[in-house]
Amino acid sequence: MGEENIYDTVIIGAGMSGLAAGIRLAQYDKHVCILEKHTVPGGLNSFYRQKGRNFDVGLHAMTNYAPKGVRKGPLSRLLRHLRLSWDELGLIPQLGSAIAFPGVTLDFSNQFGLLESQIAEKFPSQIDRFRKMTASLVDYDQLGLGESGGSAKEFVRSFLTDPLLINMLFCPIFFYGGARESDMEFGQFCIMFRSIFLEGFARPYEGVRHILTKLLKKFKTLGGELRLHSSVKQIVSQSGQVSKLILEDGTEIRAKQFLSSAGWRETMRLCGLKEPEKEVAPGKLSFVETISVLDRDPKRLGHNKTILFFNDSESISYRKPDSLVDVRSGVICSPNNFDYAKPLGEGQIRITALANFDRWAELGEERYRLEKLRCYDALIGSAVRFIPDFRGNIIENDMFTPLTVTRYTGKDSGAIYGAADKKYDGLTPLNNLYVCGTDQGMVGIVGAIVSGITIANRYLLAK
Amino acid sequence: MTRPEIRTAIIDILSDIAPDEDYAQLKDDVSFREQLSMDSMDMLDIVLELRKQFKLQIPEADYPNLVSMQSTLDYLEPLLADK
Repeated sequence: MGEENIYDTVIIGAGMSGLAAGIRLAQYDKHVCILEKHTVPGGLNSFYRQKGRNFDVGLHAMTNYAPKGVRKGPLSRLLRHLRLSWDELGLIPQLGSAIAFPGVTLDFSNQFGLLESQIAEKFPSQIDRFRKMTASLVDYDQLGLGESGGSAKEFVRSFLTDPLLINMLFCPIFFYGGARESDMEFGQFCIMFRSIFLEGFARPYEGVRHILTKLLKKFKTLGGELRLHSSVKQIVSQSGQVSKLILEDGTEIRAKQFLSSAGWRETMRLCGLKEPEKEVAPGKLSFVETISVLDRDPKRLGHNKTILFFNDSESISYRKPDSLVDVRSGVICSPNNFDYAKPLGEGQIRITALANFDRWAELGEERYRLEKLRCYDALIGSAVRFIPDFRGNIIENDMFTPLTVTRYTGKDSGAIYGAADKKYDGLTPLNNLYVCGTDQGMVGIVGAIVSGITIANRYLLAK
Repeated sequence: MTRPEIRTAIIDILSDIAPDEDYAQLKDDVSFREQLSMDSMDMLDIVLELRKQFKLQIPEADYPNLVSMQSTLDYLEPLLADK
């Protein structure tokens, strides 16, 4: 083994959290290496190219939007810590989004006043209660570690009394960050509420690859090393301390400190620690996503919403479905519908819905392909009840399932928001191994980046 | 280093952390927190940058000295006199 395989810190996973942590460490002259099993970085927020077209995975929109010059909030924090200027992220704000339930739609945008006026108009008895609720959650500390406890549903119900409004507000929050069925931990809810409703959505013109390119460039310029196609087979420890990593190809890598964004259970399994692995139940919630390329911009079909969250009854079921896909509810995203200076070109509509990992996993290869086609049609058929029918304009399509998520990200059960129980302190039973990313407690691109920064600051830089 | 040299170095550090701010207007007697919305994580960055650039180990108990430009200069001037 040569000197080249010894580092200050080794990070498992080149997703948003791993890259952010890597940048922080490299900034302060740590010799740092990120190991990524896939051939491209990004993890849950990545990209691929197929038949000459670029597709994003994960990112619909970046939440937590703040205009240039705003100093507060997670976006400005992450810019400061990663030494990025606002302009570098190239964020273009959304045109406007909506939550559509039968007979009632709530529009919202990056101006919170729109949602307030929609609630005042459609739920007049609730608006004062809604304002009080907003005021009471707005100061929740976004960057603190540690669970605040409590049920978000109980919190919301202590203010709002109309179950339809409660379900409508939970719909985007569940879909954009719910790791737990039917409810959410209170602190997580505050973060999500703020990131979606108070701050809002934006996207770089080139999508997620723009953000990844910026982070990667930063990391490499600072002297950081990234190894793609480097899957960790084993985390070897001695007397409570990690001594080395062994990769699938047999390479051994040593470091003083280790940071894993692979997920809690996945990391403990690599360590061979069975009891800690079992402490956390695998996440139940996974998703399918259909991607349809259209022969025109969706706005020309009359669809101008950036993100539309739909649900076809008054109550919402945010649970692992019994069937392959639950088409009753979902998220319709069009990357075209941001306020770009020049249009994106081809139209694209992506639709996300809850799915059952086990059902997909038990299908044989041929059935899997057939069910993908069937579910693609069923999900789009469900969605066009809420937006103009675009089925005659589809020129290309693709779809990912819970199995796709696991194949490319290594996340158990295709659970993109990780396990229901989080490890907020980032600590593990091994004293030089920490976790960041989804299972540390923060979701979304900004959340993941903040997770990487926070854990790096707290444990890896302070020492 | 002289006091003006140290001030310039601190401005460099601050503009690295928060590049979108206007440092020509920075008031030395007002806290960074108030003027630049800096939080404890930003303060950590100032400490880490000082460690990196001047090989200066600042004990945690001394962090409150870094509250404003004036207090930072008062604190650093004797420490950096020979550098």
